[in-house]
Amino acid sequence: MTPASPVSAPVPPTRSSRSRELLRAALTKPGLMVGVGIIALSTLLALFPGFFAPHDPNAINVAAMRQPPSLPHPFGTDMLGRDAFSRVIWAYSVNMQMAVLATVFALVIGVVVGALVGYYRGLADIIFGRFVDAIITLPFLVLVIAVVAVLGPGLVNMYIAITLVGWVYYARLMRAEIISQKTSDYAAAGIVMGYSDLRIIFRHLLPNAITPVIVYWMTDMALAILLGSSLGYLGLGAQPPQAEWGVLIAEGRNFVTTAWWLSLMPGIAIVLTGFGFSLIGDGLADLLRPRG
Amino acid sequence: MSDPVLEIRDLRLSFPVARSLVDLIRRAPVRQVNALNGVTLALRRGETLGVVGESGCGKSTLARCIVRLNAPTGGSIHFHGQDIFAPDQRHDRRFNRRVQMMFQDPYSSLNPRMTTGEILAEALRVHRICPAGDIPARVAELLDLVRLPKDAAQKLPHAFSGGQRQRIAIARALAVEPEILIADELVSALDVSVQAQIVNLLLDLQARLDLTILFVAHDLRLVRHISHRVAVIYLGRIVEIGDSETLFKDPVHPYSRALLSAAPSLDPAERGNRTHLEGELPSPLDVPGGCAFHVRCPHRSPRCSAEVPALRPLATGGAAACHHIEEIANERL
Amino acid sequence: MTHDATLRLEVSNLSVTFPVGAATLPAVRDVSFTVAPGEVLGLVGESGSGKSVTLRSILGLTRRYGQIEGAVRWKGQDLLALNEPALRRVRGREIAMIFQEPMTALNPLLPVGLQITESLKAHTSLSRSERKARAIEMLDMVGIPAAASRLDNYPHQFSGGMRQRVMIAIALAVRPRLLLADEPTTALDVTIQAQILDLILALARDFDMGVILVTHDLGVVAQTCDRVAVMYAGRVVEEGSVRDVLRAPLHPYTIGLMRSVPQDVAPRSRLYTIPGTPPGLLHLPPGCAFEPRCPVSDVSCAVSRPDLASFGDGRRAACFRCEIRPAEGATAA
Repeated sequence: MTPASPVSAPVPPTRSSRSRELLRAALTKPGLMVGVGIIALSTLLALFPGFFAPHDPNAINVAAMRQPPSLPHPFGTDMLGRDAFSRVIWAYSVNMQMAVLATVFALVIGVVVGALVGYYRGLADIIFGRFVDAIITLPFLVLVIAVVAVLGPGLVNMYIAITLVGWVYYARLMRAEIISQKTSDYAAAGIVMGYSDLRIIFRHLLPNAITPVIVYWMTDMALAILLGSSLGYLGLGAQPPQAEWGVLIAEGRNFVTTAWWLSLMPGIAIVLTGFGFSLIGDGLADLLRPRG
Repeated sequence: MSDPVLEIRDLRLSFPVARSLVDLIRRAPVRQVNALNGVTLALRRGETLGVVGESGCGKSTLARCIVRLNAPTGGSIHFHGQDIFAPDQRHDRRFNRRVQMMFQDPYSSLNPRMTTGEILAEALRVHRICPAGDIPARVAELLDLVRLPKDAAQKLPHAFSGGQRQRIAIARALAVEPEILIADELVSALDVSVQAQIVNLLLDLQARLDLTILFVAHDLRLVRHISHRVAVIYLGRIVEIGDSETLFKDPVHPYSRALLSAAPSLDPAERGNRTHLEGELPSPLDVPGGCAFHVRCPHRSPRCSAEVPALRPLATGGAAACHHIEEIANERL
Repeated sequence: MTHDATLRLEVSNLSVTFPVGAATLPAVRDVSFTVAPGEVLGLVGESGSGKSVTLRSILGLTRRYGQIEGAVRWKGQDLLALNEPALRRVRGREIAMIFQEPMTALNPLLPVGLQITESLKAHTSLSRSERKARAIEMLDMVGIPAAASRLDNYPHQFSGGMRQRVMIAIALAVRPRLLLADEPTTALDVTIQAQILDLILALARDFDMGVILVTHDLGVVAQTCDRVAVMYAGRVVEEGSVRDVLRAPLHPYTIGLMRSVPQDVAPRSRLYTIPGTPPGLLHLPPGCAFEPRCPVSDVSCAVSRPDLASFGDGRRAACFRCEIRPAEGATAA
């Protein structure tokens, strides 16, 4: 028998070399880099708002109400004389928290449920299918508002409401991916090796099925910020005087003609953050797309 | 070499075909793909049994039934006398340890996100083959056994050629110290020179580890070379089985004869002396009655469409399922 | 049979490179061969040897992805010098091509009859009724039962072997003078393979059509081709009549390839294997590409590259070391 000769590939892909290769590829994607930059900055603002905000976001100053943007108050002041710039920055904490907390539980529940029904199929899958149909035919916002209406307004209830509806989308995606991965020979090999179902599902299939879910998660975080701000605007999410972009826009809406900056600036913050998450989502989809 | 380790009796498997709305409205009967129509086979210790047949004949389904990837709808498989589909045996994972399978596609049979070392270590750990501390050493031994370099353990499947991946798949199967290896078109996707390397490896491992091998393939030359005995399958039924050299030199069943003569010989002088087979393999949705081969058979008689021929022993020690064995034998004399 | 000399295909010094990042990958290097009318040339090699790229480059199909150099002379013009519209008139009209997987080459949304008549409409001046008659004639000729009634069937209504026949019928309906066949039977079973190869041979004879058959199966070459060119790492390393090359190969690679096939060896004996693996095309050795694996190489082989040299009788081989054994080749021929 001839000894097997070493591989001819110049850099043999071990796990660490594969991550290095991905990182190098990521650095060549400008969209992804811009997205990462925006979200990194947003995260910094969210973690240390006190460090970046020049004023106390809740300090009322009746002597300086609805001032236009100026050097000490770059975004002007609101109807109670609070510094609009500081309030937009403090809102980063709340809105970035929304992006994570409104999606991460849905992600986990959806991934687990989707993986299980996708692997086992059967009756549970049929019931799941009908449930998905029912949820998907109804508009997301209306469903969430209905749940909030039952639970009562507030941030925590909003997270619960979004999670109750949102996991279905993750589960649907995960199920489809698991079904397709399950037909592969390595899944069959796992069964033949006598591995437990849980090991096959979570150790073998899941890492190969998770990519589209992660990509969707990024987009969903952008949507979560939009949804959270919408609910805040409608008075169903964050409650004043807490600084939250939706609340800020709602507070400014009566003065749109005279103090337009009060609503415009938080609006720009929403768009920019959402844009950042979307860029990351697109970039990741591009980067992790299976290649021949 | 005579005691059977695995006995398959009258194995049947049919899949129902999903019905369309039109079928439901028309009240069309439920249609079935009849993949296996009564396969009886015994695998003897230490032998290599080749299984040949055209695509769709059920040879892969048979392999998948033996490792319980598919559940038969009739018949039984006994491993050391135990019915592997009996309710109390069904979930016994120790069986999986003793009967292992290798797959055709070297690009999809390994988890792309696990390194070779992790793939092998997992098998060792789950089945507690050796103490945790000995796992790295055992992984190195397994790599050596299939003649892969030591540094292969750190690499992802992506880094290997098709032949090397099949070596990893063989190492994974051997990790759990099986008695029986099922090789489903193990070398079909590989280049000729790589096929030879893997075939040598299998022969070598079989001798060293006293393995029993079921070698499913469509490459007749390879099957002939590697097998002690060969079974020819047509539409889910064994039509002929026997000692490999005897069967290849002197096939009896008209289908075996046509199949073997269709394989292109490497000798240009043998051009043109092929027995031509009429038509194509009928759909397994619609297996002809009687002898399933009668619609393409040059020796067909009215009896062939009416009565299923049983496997009858031949003078040469094999067995064939044909009503006209004697006439065909006489005709050749 | 009159041979029109202009209908001889002459490929000279064909080289194809593909850009890979900053590097260029030499897929085909300096390949030359000719195909006479009615002649069947086999192009064999293992994966990555450049046989398919060579075939596709004849009709400029690889232009979009890489750089083609050299000349392909056909009917007094260089096909590689033609622009895309002019080349398109040659493709499918004078030179037809069939592929391994018929399902991707057939339009799944059009009935097969229409696919034949459309091609006739584009390439011939036949009338509507003549086109239909030709379509039926072609389907009948490739052995599709009840051809007239199957004109309105869609590709998915045919089995794999039948689809391959349909594709051949479409390719040959316009009566091309040269057929390029890329592994046309690799996906098919041996019984169907035999039928398809016989069909291609019969058509080559009847229409005095040249054929280039790309395959990795030496048996297919032995049973089908008149001449054969063996490729390794992008180059033709040996060429000659099938009888000569297969019976008494000159190049060490061809010898190794022939020896690794299990034919005329003791059952279950070790097969011969060529040591090592093929070189990566990005890291070709400076001398003969086979030198690192060659059992008879010497210092000169590692330094300079052997050209295809004539060994008489239309035989050529690219090896410094095989000059020591031309006598063996001569006796077998």
